[in-house]
Amino acid sequence: MTPRLLGAVEDSRAGNKARREQKSSGERCCVSKANCCQLIYQQLLLLKMKLYCLSGHPTLPCNVLKFKSTTIMLDCGLDTTSVLNFLPLPLVHSPRLSKLPGWVSKDGTINLGKELKECAGRVFVDAQPEFCLPERELLDLSTIDVILISNYHCMMALPYITEHTGFTGTVYATEPTLQIGRLLMEELVNFMERVPKAQSATSWKNKEIQRMLPGPLKDAVDVWMWKRCYSMQEVNSALSKVQLVGYSQKVELFGAVQVSPLSSGYSLGSSNWIIQSHHEKVSYVSGSSLLTTHPQPMDQSSLKNSDVLILTGLTQMPTANPDGMLGEFCSNLAMTIRAGGNVLVPCYSSGVIYDLLECLYQFIESANLGTTPFYFISPIANSSLEFSQIFAEWLCHNKQTKVYLPEPPFPHAELIQTNKLKHYPSIHGDFSSEFRQPCVVFTGHPSLRFGDVVHFMELWGKSSLNTIIFTEPDFSYLDALAPYQPLAMKCVYCPIDTRLNFHQVSKLLKEVQPLHVVCPEQYTQPPLTQSHRSDLMLELQPPPMPYRRCSVLNLPFRRRYERIYILPELANSLVPSEIKPGVSVATVSALLHSKDNKHTLQSVPKPPPMPPSKKRKRVIEEPPVALAPKPMLSGAVALEAFLATLQKHGITEVKVEETADGHILHLQAEDTLIQLEEDGTHIVCDSEPLRTTLRDLVLRFLQKL
Amino acid sequence: MPEIKVTPLGAGQDVGRSCILVSIGGKNIMLDCGMHMGYNDDRRFPDFSYITQNGRLTDFLDCVIISHFHLDHCGALPYMSEMVGYDGPIYMTHPTKAICPILLEDFRKITVDKKGETNFFTSQMIKDCMKKVIPLNLHQTVQVDDELEIKAYYAGHVLGAAMVHIKVGSESVVYTGDYNMTPDRHLGAAWIDKCRPDILISESTYATTIRDSKRCRERDFLKKVHESIERGGKVLIPVFALGRAQELCILLETFWERMNLKAPIYFSTGLTEKANHYYKLFITWTNQKIRKTFVQRNMFEFKHIKAFDRSYADNPGPMVVFATPGMLHAGQSLQIFKKWAGNEKNMVIMPGYCVQGTIGHKILNGQRKLEMEGRATLDVKLQVEYMSFSAHADAKGIMQLIRMAEPRNMLLVHGEAVKMEFLKGKIEQEFSIDCYMPANGETTTVTTNPSVPVDISLNLLKREMALGGPLPDPKKPRTMHGTLIMKENSLKLVSSEQALKELGLNEHQLRFTCHVQLQDPHSDADTLHRIYTHLKSVLKGYTIQHLPDGTVIVESIVIKVSSSTEDSNTKVLLLSWSYQTLIYNGLLPGG
Repeated sequence: MTPRLLGAVEDSRAGNKARREQKSSGERCCVSKANCCQLIYQQLLLLKMKLYCLSGHPTLPCNVLKFKSTTIMLDCGLDTTSVLNFLPLPLVHSPRLSKLPGWVSKDGTINLGKELKECAGRVFVDAQPEFCLPERELLDLSTIDVILISNYHCMMALPYITEHTGFTGTVYATEPTLQIGRLLMEELVNFMERVPKAQSATSWKNKEIQRMLPGPLKDAVDVWMWKRCYSMQEVNSALSKVQLVGYSQKVELFGAVQVSPLSSGYSLGSSNWIIQSHHEKVSYVSGSSLLTTHPQPMDQSSLKNSDVLILTGLTQMPTANPDGMLGEFCSNLAMTIRAGGNVLVPCYSSGVIYDLLECLYQFIESANLGTTPFYFISPIANSSLEFSQIFAEWLCHNKQTKVYLPEPPFPHAELIQTNKLKHYPSIHGDFSSEFRQPCVVFTGHPSLRFGDVVHFMELWGKSSLNTIIFTEPDFSYLDALAPYQPLAMKCVYCPIDTRLNFHQVSKLLKEVQPLHVVCPEQYTQPPLTQSHRSDLMLELQPPPMPYRRCSVLNLPFRRRYERIYILPELANSLVPSEIKPGVSVATVSALLHSKDNKHTLQSVPKPPPMPPSKKRKRVIEEPPVALAPKPMLSGAVALEAFLATLQKHGITEVKVEETADGHILHLQAEDTLIQLEEDGTHIVCDSEPLRTTLRDLVLRFLQKL
Repeated sequence: MPEIKVTPLGAGQDVGRSCILVSIGGKNIMLDCGMHMGYNDDRRFPDFSYITQNGRLTDFLDCVIISHFHLDHCGALPYMSEMVGYDGPIYMTHPTKAICPILLEDFRKITVDKKGETNFFTSQMIKDCMKKVIPLNLHQTVQVDDELEIKAYYAGHVLGAAMVHIKVGSESVVYTGDYNMTPDRHLGAAWIDKCRPDILISESTYATTIRDSKRCRERDFLKKVHESIERGGKVLIPVFALGRAQELCILLETFWERMNLKAPIYFSTGLTEKANHYYKLFITWTNQKIRKTFVQRNMFEFKHIKAFDRSYADNPGPMVVFATPGMLHAGQSLQIFKKWAGNEKNMVIMPGYCVQGTIGHKILNGQRKLEMEGRATLDVKLQVEYMSFSAHADAKGIMQLIRMAEPRNMLLVHGEAVKMEFLKGKIEQEFSIDCYMPANGETTTVTTNPSVPVDISLNLLKREMALGGPLPDPKKPRTMHGTLIMKENSLKLVSSEQALKELGLNEHQLRFTCHVQLQDPHSDADTLHRIYTHLKSVLKGYTIQHLPDGTVIVESIVIKVSSSTEDSNTKVLLLSWSYQTLIYNGLLPGG
């Protein structure tokens, strides 16, 4: 109001000048503000969809997707292969391990005897094992809005991400994923805290020194980022941020994005995720399986029509057939027992072990192993076995049907009832008194670096009667065994990885036809050891976009539409007209509201009747945008019909003149010209009422858009 | 205007025989398919002829949803699907799917084997019916077809009880089934998100009751049981095999443990063991506390509660017996009741609601002489106690759910008319929303006002946002102009230019020209310049250009000046503008 007041009072040039200046500075300000707004909305609407890759491990992924205005972390995998560089943590004092010689460089100048020990030509760090965390510097973790967890193996880094980073978002996971994930974290913490090792080793991480070390320690990357295990307190705090979701549940994020977990068939409660808005769809495929084991089958069809499909978690053993491995597992187990030896199965406390036990349930009698004790030793053994029985909703159809009877879905309940399978929290306590040999022991950790398995390695390693059967694919068995060498016990490698193989995945991709595939770079070339096997890689058209640790990818999206809601009042006021058969149009002038990433259109409120005023100034200062524009016109005015219409309206004296592009109508009595052409009409008329009439008559012949 | 229609075939101003038809967005859904415990004739089942007179229901229903396993919610299901005929999908949660066929079979046995009724559904029919069931998980969005989606929420009434959200386009209905808003010893509280349905169909069993605190009720119950036992009486607690039974078992079990009581507690029927198994396997459906501790101690393994044998009823000395069914309308509970009714030392505790017509209902209303079959009468001398342990929401709970879901309309079922009337008044007063309470067979129609989802071209949206000043300010809406193209099922909002292009249409230019005369002694060029400077000073904020070819252009209005042939002081102003030119109030009249 001030400028107008000023203008009314002061009429001097100085006053006008001041006003102009004020105005122009105001305009400048407006322009820059508008620019700024433009930036904001462009960010909102056109924000490039990006993928930040924080882990290079293809089966333990950790990626961050920026989708519309949301920042979504996909999985939180913890790469534990780093622990292979450490000495095992024995549960009881091991003279052998404590007597290992310290490492001294060949020239004797570097002596790290306290930190590094040598065993059978390999060098190991003598400290609490450390894990290789997802990258934490690539983007500000406090900006993450949500974390989507696909299965319990892919959430082990969660406390490192959600604690002490400023993370304030929500974690989404299914109930079995949360419960079993919690157990596995608890177990990990328990393994570490049970045998506390005060010593920390950092000298070897010095770049100059690390260079001098023998491999594989020398080639270990990002060693400064390796971290010790979290505490139970951190686990609890991290898991308190989890919100439970069910398969096919649609979770709205900030009104802009909808995420939904789908059954992936790999483990109890395992899921793939759909991340979509009304016009864009990203599928995130993590550990998935098409084999019929215990979990609910994989939902494949919901992955259809994705713009981008992020593919992770394929099998780590593309050449090993899980069924064949299971057979080998059983026969080796039986052979060892018959020969009077013990069998050690280093495994995770949930997952494939349920299938192993089910397989043994059928195998025991036929192999005459009815009297052999089977032990499952883990701080979470009991919980894991109990929990497996209560997730009926998440199991395959056969197991669900059993629950309806009601019977426990897994037969290990019967193994426990008949005392064939016994479980203990650790080797201490009841186990030591009830333990009979020869026996079969399932225990962790599969890396052989901590957990009760270390004890059995020390106990049974010296006898060639005993056998260790590796079933978990996460660790190289040779590396796992390195600190136990020399070893007399037999080693059998039967890795069971039920995740998708290359053949299955190419078939799946053919079926669901994503526009683009993003995957770890490892999947775009054959494995190093089998470079001739071009069938062990992804071959797609267009080729997949590979990522590695620390990659930032721009995802190829072409967004052209956005969802908007027309409020009922406005919708009812629209007047559609048919342009072609089956196609109607209506012009819309409405108020646009944008709030919480949702856009709505509502009727423009009728302006309050303006008091008749001759003050032009006042009128002119109305902002121009408030006026409704006229629609665009289309079609042509047919001469004969138009003349007839004119006649009806009392205009009879019309002289028609043909031109190159149409006709010129001369309304002689009215001294008015109307030029009719295919794509234009021009009315030259000085009388306002007549012009208005003519305009309306012409408009009758045209379509309005 | 789109409408949603709701017609109760049962549970309209009544409890029992729940069966509600909903028509929404062209879809027809049946909510629950229950039986009435108070009748033994045709009125036992809903009147399906309302849906169609001739033949099967498949063509008339898109799906059937069962909220929980109580027979007044699922008891007519095999009759409906196998005898009337329905082959479409039937949805229920996993625990309901597991338990419902057992209760149906039980019901069938009592009706056919004991009462000798014929023309009733068979065991095979129950099995065939269950084959049509698709299990529902909590919060899972199930796409029944391309348009109809349903989603289940935890209802806390019995194991596996669910509320269900039904959505077609932007119209939606929530049906609560039976629910409980306060967590108890074995179940959690009902929960729903702010889904703002067009109609919330709620049960209203306890529409007028505000129940005292649960703790008081429990203490009261234990005190009564204890007193009766102390004086050597027998206590009968009629229950349904699953549901309140487990709740009361947990209660008595812990009390017996604490007080070190010796009197036996029995649970009738072989169902107990099995029932408890269901609770163990579906532990994820129980409350937080039980789920958390189930590995260490499973609450459904009872030490003090033993299986009942018919002969125990005549044993001397005190005892507590849980017997089915819960409303004393048939079966073992009725047999025991007949045996014990004559002794005033004994006691019957009715822990839940009893439908009209049942003996339970009669004795609760103070009737002391009962007519039994065969004209015999039974004198009721034992103490009759009523203690509401049914896990239904009370008035407070119903209001709480309304606050949670924020419905636009409310519809009450599963309650008595008088009580509903009272609650209806309260709801309308507190929430200012319409509340309906149709009787059976009466249709309630609610007009909805859905907004229309449309795809707007990003270019248009961007342009409008750029024009409209600061974007993140929702208080300052901007005016937007565009063309809505309606093609087949798609609605697209684009700019007029894009619409022309997409539809392959030519633009038709409509222009106007007029002459205005004015007196000005200057040369043509000077006149034009004077006009230019004048317009410049009055039309702030418009683009005004003075082109070298002797025209002034204001936005899209072209102005030219020429001298009149007769008089060089008379200038002819030629104004030309297009149809789309915005008319600045009175500046260019009549275009």
